[in-house]
Amino acid sequence: MKHHISFTLNGDPVEALCDTDQTLLDVLRDELDMTGTKEGCATGDCGACSVSVDGRLVCSCLMLGVEMNGKKVESIEGMADGDKLHPLQQKFLEHAALQCGICTPGVLIAAKSLLERNPDPTETEVRYWLAGNLCRCTGYDKIIRAVLATAADMRGA
Amino acid sequence: MQEKVGNPPKDGDFKWVGTNAIRPDGVEKVTGQARYGADLNMAGQLTGLVLRSPHPHARIVKIDTSKAEALAGVKAIITSDDFEEQDPTLAAAGEMMVNYLDVSRNVIACDKVLYEGHALAAVAATSKSIAKKALKLIEVEYELLPHVIDPVEAMQADAPILHEDMITAGVNPPPEKPSNISKQMEFALGDIDKGFADADLIIEREFKTQPVHQGYIEPHACLANVTADNQAELWVTTQGHWIVRAHCARLLGWDISKVRVTSSEIGGGFGGKTVVYLEPLALALSKKSGRPVKMTMSREDTIRATGPTSGAVVKVKIGASKDGRITAGQADMIYQAGAFQGSPVAQGAMTAFAPYELDNVKVTGLDVVSNRPKVAAYRAPGAPISEYAVECVIDEIAGKLGIDPIDLRLKNAAKEGTQTAYGPKLGPIGMIETLEATQATEHYKTPLGPNQGRGVASGFWYNIGGQTTVMMALNEDGSFNLTIGTPDIGGLRASMALMAAEELGVDYKSIRPIIGDTQQLGYNFLTGGSRACFSSGMATVEAAREIIQEACSRAAKLWELPEEAVDYKDGWIRPAGDNAGAHEPISIAEIGRMAGKTGGAIIGNAKINAQGAAPSLGQHLVDVEVDPETGKVSVIRYTVIQDAGRAIHPAYVEGQYQGGAAQGIGWALNEEYIYGDDGKLQNASFLDYRIPVASDLPMIDTVIVEVPNPNHPYGVRGVGETAIVPPMGAIANAVADATGVRFSELPMSPPKVLKQLDLARAANDADLKM
Repeated sequence: MKHHISFTLNGDPVEALCDTDQTLLDVLRDELDMTGTKEGCATGDCGACSVSVDGRLVCSCLMLGVEMNGKKVESIEGMADGDKLHPLQQKFLEHAALQCGICTPGVLIAAKSLLERNPDPTETEVRYWLAGNLCRCTGYDKIIRAVLATAADMRGA
Repeated sequence: MQEKVGNPPKDGDFKWVGTNAIRPDGVEKVTGQARYGADLNMAGQLTGLVLRSPHPHARIVKIDTSKAEALAGVKAIITSDDFEEQDPTLAAAGEMMVNYLDVSRNVIACDKVLYEGHALAAVAATSKSIAKKALKLIEVEYELLPHVIDPVEAMQADAPILHEDMITAGVNPPPEKPSNISKQMEFALGDIDKGFADADLIIEREFKTQPVHQGYIEPHACLANVTADNQAELWVTTQGHWIVRAHCARLLGWDISKVRVTSSEIGGGFGGKTVVYLEPLALALSKKSGRPVKMTMSREDTIRATGPTSGAVVKVKIGASKDGRITAGQADMIYQAGAFQGSPVAQGAMTAFAPYELDNVKVTGLDVVSNRPKVAAYRAPGAPISEYAVECVIDEIAGKLGIDPIDLRLKNAAKEGTQTAYGPKLGPIGMIETLEATQATEHYKTPLGPNQGRGVASGFWYNIGGQTTVMMALNEDGSFNLTIGTPDIGGLRASMALMAAEELGVDYKSIRPIIGDTQQLGYNFLTGGSRACFSSGMATVEAAREIIQEACSRAAKLWELPEEAVDYKDGWIRPAGDNAGAHEPISIAEIGRMAGKTGGAIIGNAKINAQGAAPSLGQHLVDVEVDPETGKVSVIRYTVIQDAGRAIHPAYVEGQYQGGAAQGIGWALNEEYIYGDDGKLQNASFLDYRIPVASDLPMIDTVIVEVPNPNHPYGVRGVGETAIVPPMGAIANAVADATGVRFSELPMSPPKVLKQLDLARAANDADLKM
C-alpha cells in the first residue's frame, strides 16, 4: 500500500503517492519528476541531493517521503525567481564555479542556506559548511570564491 | 582537409579566444534543468537491476531464474546466454583495439565470476521493489575458488589463475603455462649500463601505489528503448557515445546503424565513462521485454565494480653526475589490471621519464590480473603512477647533490627536438618555460614555518587527437547551430563557441553549441586523452571556415563576381581588389536569410582525423604541514604551473588545473581500495572511500603558461590530464622536506606516516626533523 503525502515544494502545494521506503529524494525525482536534485550516493555522504526542509539543510536521501506531510521543501528548481537567477547562481556562472555541474544544485542549496544564517562567512566557514558537498571536478577553489563574492555583493545590495 | 586548419597560430589580439565567457550550458546547470544520465524517463519504462557476485572468485555452476521469472511484474531476465559469443582476438572499436571476449565477460560473467561485484544477471521489472525481490529469487550455484587480490602475490607460481588461457605476451619464447601476467613490455633508449657506469650518484627505490577510483559524483545511468525489429535508442552518461554504440552493437550482434546513442549531460567521468557496464544490459532487457528500461548504478556498485585505476609497484633507479646531469634512468613496473588484462602500464612506461632529455633510459612493465574490478582509464592513465616514482627519486638526487630541485630539472629538461624513449621526437614543449615560471612564483620564495615542507614535481602527458566530426549551420537570422560529437564535461561548449566566434568574427552568443547524437554526426572518438578541445576545436574552425567560404560564394553569385573577388571580415562580405566598393557590403545574416534563394542551406561539415596533438608539461608546487603526533599531512599552499598551448577559456583551463591537483591530493593522502582477507572490498562508499572535501584543501593557485602548439589553429594543447600527474610526487617531496623521511607508499595517510615517523624515531634517524 502506498502512502498519500502532501507538502509544499518551492511554494507550491504538491501531493504524491509513495512507498514506505521511498526517500524524499525518490519522491522528488521519481514521483514528482523534479530531477534537478541529484543522487550521488544515497547514503548522505556527497550532498548532491541537498534540499531545504522547513528551513533546514538536509540530504533528501536521508529523509523519507512519508515524513513530508505539511513540510515546506525547497529544491534547486525554486532557487531562481522566474527567469531571474539567484545571486549565487549568477556568481557561479561568472566564476566558472562548475565543470560537469552534477554537484552544483546541491552546492547552491547548501551555500544559500549558509548565507541565510551567516551573511559574512570567512573562507574557512564556507569550506566547513560545504564540506558535506563533494565536488570531484573543481578542487572547490572557484566554488569558495563564488560564494564569498556573492556574500559580499548581497551585503552591499 | 587537414592542411587547411594546420596553420601556425595567430598572434595576440583575439576578440573571443582567451575570454572567460559564460558557458552556453550554464543556466540550465545552475537551475537544475540540465538532464544527466538518470534524469530522463519514458512512458511505460521498467527498472533494471543487476545481480552481482558476492564472491571474489568462483565458478558459476548454475543460474536458475525460474522463480524470479514467475514473480508478477518481472518482464525480462538476462544472463550471458543473451549475448553473442565473442572472439578473443582484438577487434577495432573506432580507433581502439578491443578484446571483446573480455568486454563481454566483464559486462556479464560467463562460467566464472572474477571479482566481488561482478555482474552475472540482470532483471527488468515494473518497479524497483519488484526488481529487488526478483534478484533475491535468482538462484546461483557457485563453486568457490581461491582468490588473489595483491598483484605481486598474483605473479607467484602457486597463485590462483584467473584465466586458464592467459599466456604472457611479449616473452620470447612464450611461456608454456598460463599465469596472471598478461603481458611484458620494454621501452629503451641508449645504453643503460654505460649510463649507470658514468654516474657519480645512483639512487634506487621501490614505490607502491594503491588503486584509486575516478570518483565522478554521477553514478553510471542509462535509458534504453528497443523495438521488436532492433531499432534501438540509448540515452546514457558517457565520454564517448560512438564507443558505447560500437561496444553495444558488437556485444548484442546488432547492426551499428540500428543503435542510436545520445549522450546526456555527464556528471564527471575522468576516464571512467569510456567503457560500458549497464548499457548492453539495458538494451538486452528492453529488447526482451519490449519496454523502455532505465538502469542506474548505486554508489556502492560504482566503487565496487567500475574503474578504478591500477595500483602498482614501481622500482626506479636513476644515476646522475655531480653537476646534476642525469646519466641513466631505469624503471621496472608492475601494474595491476583488475580481473581482465589491460592496465595502463604501457602509458606509464612511455611517460615515466618523458619530462627529461636523457640519453639512457630503460623501462619495463608487467600487466597483472587479480580478483579486483577491471581497471578503467583515469586522467592521464598510467602516468601519475610512474612519474610519481621518478619525481621522488629526482628530488632525492637534487637533495643529495645539493642542487635546487628546479635547477636540476632545468638541467635535464626535455625541449623541442628531444628524442623520447617511447618513439617520437618532441615538438615545441613548455618544460623549461613552466620550470622557470615556477621559480618566478612568490610561492617558491616564501619561507616555511615549523613542521612544514615544500615539494615540487613535473608532469608530462602526450595528449591525442583522432577522428572528429563537427557540423555548423548558418540560420536564416544570422545565428549559428554548432553540433559537436565529443561530450562536454567541463566547459567544452564554451570553448567551441569561442573559437567559432573568433573565426567568423561574430558574437559568441549568436552560436548555440550542442552535443549531437550518433545519428546526427559522423564518427567521433571519445572525450579523453585531453583531445576534445584540441580535436573538436580544430574541426569547429574548419566548419566555420567552410561556412565563410560558402557565404562568400553566395555573395559572389549575387554580385555576379568570381568567388575569389570577395572578402570576408567580421561577419561582412565585401567585393575585393578591383571591385572594392562596387557593391554595398552584405552581412552574413543577410546571406543566411537569402540562403534558400541562392542554393539552399549554408552548412560547414568538418570531418577530420586530428593530427598534431602536443604534450602538455606542468609543475606542481606544494607546501604541507605534518603533525608529528598524528601523522596527518595538511596541504597548506598549492600552485599549479602548466603549459596550455593557448587557453581558449582561461577560467576552465584553471579549473582543469585545480581539479587535477585536488584529485592528486586525494590520491596522495587519502584514497585507496581496502580489501579484507575474504577478497571483499571494505570501503565501497563515499564515507569510507574519502575524496577531498572543501575543508581539506586550500585555494589552488594557477599559472597558465602558453607555448602554442603549432599544429592547432589556435595553438591548443590538451590540458585535462597533465594536471593529475605531478601532485603525488610533489606532495611526497614536500612531506620528505617537512619530516626528513622519505615515504615510498601511497596514500600517505596518517597511520602510515605516523608508523614511519615512529620507526625513524626508534632508529634515531639522523635525517629526521620531527
